Amino acid sequence: MAPRDPAAAIDTAASASFTDHLERHNPGLLPSARSLGPSSQGSAASLAPQATTIVSLTYAGGVLMAGDRRATMGNMIASRHIKKVFPADNYSVLGIAGTAGLALDMIRLFQVELEHYEKIEGTPMSLDGKSNRLAAMVRSNLPLALQGLAVVPLFAGYDTQRRAGRLFSYDVTGGRYEEYEHHSVGSGSVFARGALKKLWQPNLDEESAVAVAVESLYDAADDDSATGGPDMVRRLWPVVYVVNSAGNREIPERELQELARELVQRRSAAGLEA
Amino acid sequence: MTQQFYVSPEQLMKDRADFARKGIARGRSVVVLTCREGIALVAENPSPSLHKLSEIYDRIGFAAVGKYNEFESLRQAGIRFADVRGYSYSREDVSARGLASVYAQSLGSVFTTEGKPFEVELAVVEVGEDPYSDRLYRLNFDGAIADESNYTVMGGQADIVKEALARSWNQDAGFVSAIRTAVTALSATRTPEGNGGGQPPDRLGAGLLEVAVLDRDPLSTRGTVRAFRRINTVELDRLLSGAEGD
Repeated sequence: MAPRDPAAAIDTAASASFTDHLERHNPGLLPSARSLGPSSQGSAASLAPQATTIVSLTYAGGVLMAGDRRATMGNMIASRHIKKVFPADNYSVLGIAGTAGLALDMIRLFQVELEHYEKIEGTPMSLDGKSNRLAAMVRSNLPLALQGLAVVPLFAGYDTQRRAGRLFSYDVTGGRYEEYEHHSVGSGSVFARGALKKLWQPNLDEESAVAVAVESLYDAADDDSATGGPDMVRRLWPVVYVVNSAGNREIPERELQELARELVQRRSAAGLEA
Repeated sequence: MTQQFYVSPEQLMKDRADFARKGIARGRSVVVLTCREGIALVAENPSPSLHKLSEIYDRIGFAAVGKYNEFESLRQAGIRFADVRGYSYSREDVSARGLASVYAQSLGSVFTTEGKPFEVELAVVEVGEDPYSDRLYRLNFDGAIADESNYTVMGGQADIVKEALARSWNQDAGFVSAIRTAVTALSATRTPEGNGGGQPPDRLGAGLLEVAVLDRDPLSTRGTVRAFRRINTVELDRLLSGAEGD
């Protein structure tokens, strides 16, 4: 048998990262391994559906994330059903704006990454650890982002050490920024942010936090054609997740339907134009 | 050049098997048994953090006896195998059978080609929709694989434990009584020699046990597809001490 460096075994055993494992053994499976090639000029963004507007806000004892249901391709609606907010693990959720196909793959990889770590190590990853892993994933997508296929996530979770909901945003280079109170990403985010600034208050209870999220998405959809509002015809409502000390919970559709109906009634009764 | 003595392949394999068996016999036992609510995995293990039982994938659990570093590397390899498979195909495409045959191959090749065989025994189990679709595979140090039904026992004094289980195992039991059954069976090894079987042995306490379960229907009971759940010492203590009451 060839003499082996015993210390080298530590190097291979130390990795609890699924992404590292794929990089080493199955690099073709990584979303970032795809390349458009140097010849592709200009933006590839017009070829792929885009997901927009995610809002997230903290409330008493937790954090919440909501996304609209529309994906667009240029001026066309590519999907009215798309989901942009997903549970990452028991105590965190992930919302994505940008190129839908790449974003969905990144979410899937991130979910496996967290679960893999938890199984190998026998303990869940810390919230800071999770947000840093996500930053590395966003960074690995930078070459594609420069060709127009950007993925911009928003990450929220319950920090079981600090006992609080926390919220992180990212830029395409993998820059990770902790946000306080609330944040929004995507093309409708400027309008959603305006709404959040007026509606958010410290120590909101869960029910009012959900209402605030739905209303800010409504405002984003009102002014941004790429963001979908509540669809009364198809009965489609935003996807809303709350995370608190008990873990993730998706807000059931009938509650959202009720909220959306009240909101539309209130707005139409007010009869305001702008 | 030194002259090598001729050793027949039979003798070589027999020596290796004896060596591995001796290593395993030093370890404490592990019991895996199916019941109405799922599969219970019960191990005698005084360490609260060096686990013998582990989650591999959604419905797949892992139990091992023998040398820690060897089964730990196999456990990690199993998780990597399952995660890569689930990620590149789909979560439903990961099965205990697939994993067990990969383990069998790797154990088999280590047994025949490496300097020393692995001193481990593994169980790869998958919880099904009903007790009849549960899968229990027991893997030997030499890559031999057995498809067991109802329960399987590995480790030092497996025969005594198995005998005790054969008398008390019951398919319709819930987790609580299945775990108690397993603990009683594991405790049977603690009978001192020459006791004559008059006194029942002391039952193992929660601090000396590692227990985990695979829920049959985790999606409706816990809202997740991951069936594996560790029973912590406090919960186990309560569960075992309730035995006198009911």
